Amino acid sequence: MTVDHAPPPTAPSAPDISVLPDAKVESLTPARGPGRGFSVPRWLRRAVGPVLLLLLWQLSSAAGVLPADVLASPGTIARAAGELIVDGTLPHAMGVSLRRVAVGLLLGGAVGITLALVSGLSRLGEDLVDAPVQMLRTVPWVGLIPLFIIWLGIGEAPKVALIALGVAFHLYLNVYAGIRGVDAQLVEAGESLGLGRWGLVRHVVLPGALPGAMTGLRYSLATAWLALVFGESINADAGIGFLMNQAREFFRTDVIVVCLVVYAFLGLLADALVRTLERLLLQWRPTFTGQ
Amino acid sequence: MATDLHRAVTVQGLTRSFDGRPVVDGLDLTLHAGQFTALLGHSGCGKSTLLRVLAGLDREISGTVLVPRRRAVAFQAPRLMPWKRVWRNVLLGLPGKPDREVAERALAEVGLGERSGAWPKTLSGGEAQRASLARALVRDPDLLLLDEPFGALDALTRIKAQRLVAELWQRRGCTVLLVTHDVDEALLLADRALVMRDGVIAYDTAVDLDRPRSPGDPALAALRTCLLAELGVEEGDVAEKAA
Repeated sequence: MTVDHAPPPTAPSAPDISVLPDAKVESLTPARGPGRGFSVPRWLRRAVGPVLLLLLWQLSSAAGVLPADVLASPGTIARAAGELIVDGTLPHAMGVSLRRVAVGLLLGGAVGITLALVSGLSRLGEDLVDAPVQMLRTVPWVGLIPLFIIWLGIGEAPKVALIALGVAFHLYLNVYAGIRGVDAQLVEAGESLGLGRWGLVRHVVLPGALPGAMTGLRYSLATAWLALVFGESINADAGIGFLMNQAREFFRTDVIVVCLVVYAFLGLLADALVRTLERLLLQWRPTFTGQ
Repeated sequence: MATDLHRAVTVQGLTRSFDGRPVVDGLDLTLHAGQFTALLGHSGCGKSTLLRVLAGLDREISGTVLVPRRRAVAFQAPRLMPWKRVWRNVLLGLPGKPDREVAERALAEVGLGERSGAWPKTLSGGEAQRASLARALVRDPDLLLLDEPFGALDALTRIKAQRLVAELWQRRGCTVLLVTHDVDEALLLADRALVMRDGVIAYDTAVDLDRPRSPGDPALAALRTCLLAELGVEEGDVAEKAA
């Protein structure tokens, strides 16, 4: 884009500049837009911090400042990860853990969304469902682990139940708030267009609640990983948590870090999944994307 | 098209109260088929309440209200569903499964033919208001209710939108009720001007001027003075403000 700026900073206009300070005038220079001069790509700039941190860690380990039984060096961790992958331990553990999350997410999602629809869409449903759910919400779900063990034993069931519980509450709260937050003016417009009750739900209320539902999904995924870590830290016989407990027995900090990295990586993956879903489903939303 | 009934709207003894305070209080009103009527009044005088009653959006009323079955509303805000593309917004609520072409025809009528696939967030204020008008027109209404549809538009866009509405009304011949607080707008567009005060129609006058009208017409100026007086504004006040 070319814009004409009144006095180009060339020799003829030089005398004028001496006047500027007195005249309360300011010369506005064009902002440096993209394409002007050399600029480092954003991803590269953002990668510098983590890379520096890794280097520092490796150096401290090599210098002996950071003993291996406190925290293994990145190199050792990478090697451990390689071994765990090659002998199939890690993929198997990941498979087990992922299945727990998937089942818990499905169960909890179904329950949470169903309850949210019941209490969001009808007054009667709200009176019946909302109060007990809000009451139970105040119970810290992690504290339910002993009860779950008594009820469901120590197999897969209590772990999946814990994940489902965390997921259900987050989805319930956000979907319910999303439904109740739909613009009343849009509902009225829908009514004036001749939409019936089901039409209003389908074309106005549910799409309007979608942003809330997506937020709920993101929170509930985060909760699902958290619940997985808690659930697996007690008497698991397979999965990433089991791997971690085993490593603790042998002071294998490298394996513990590998497991932590895997947890983080899976969490990141889930977040990316939700972001993609949001981009597809919420492209209509006028949002500020940042500069 | 207008029905062959002479009366498009009949209202008798309509009362609507909010918390025991009547906003519309025993109101009688007849709208003639095919006529363009402007309803003026201060904000809070109940004109929007009356329009919502006529639209069938407010049923907590007493009295008799007879309106055509096919009616459409355009609100002050366009109220497009942000999650539906423009053409889907236009077709929303229509019975059956009408083709996109139907929407595109209505959009072309308001000059938005090429924006049918756009998201509402990408429309300008004037475009969104025209889309909302197309959504009302595609229903082929016998009664078109306009609730200050130009109120949120900038001055230039408003002039264009007013012309568009005048054109559409002349082409379609439907009964129009325009709620507004702008006397000039009422005189530019309407066959008949009503002033609402204390919950009833307090003043009713025909606007018998040739079209197209210009604000400089002396007959129009006389009517304006008259209507402003009914609304409690003396012409002198306006001149003072303008000066």
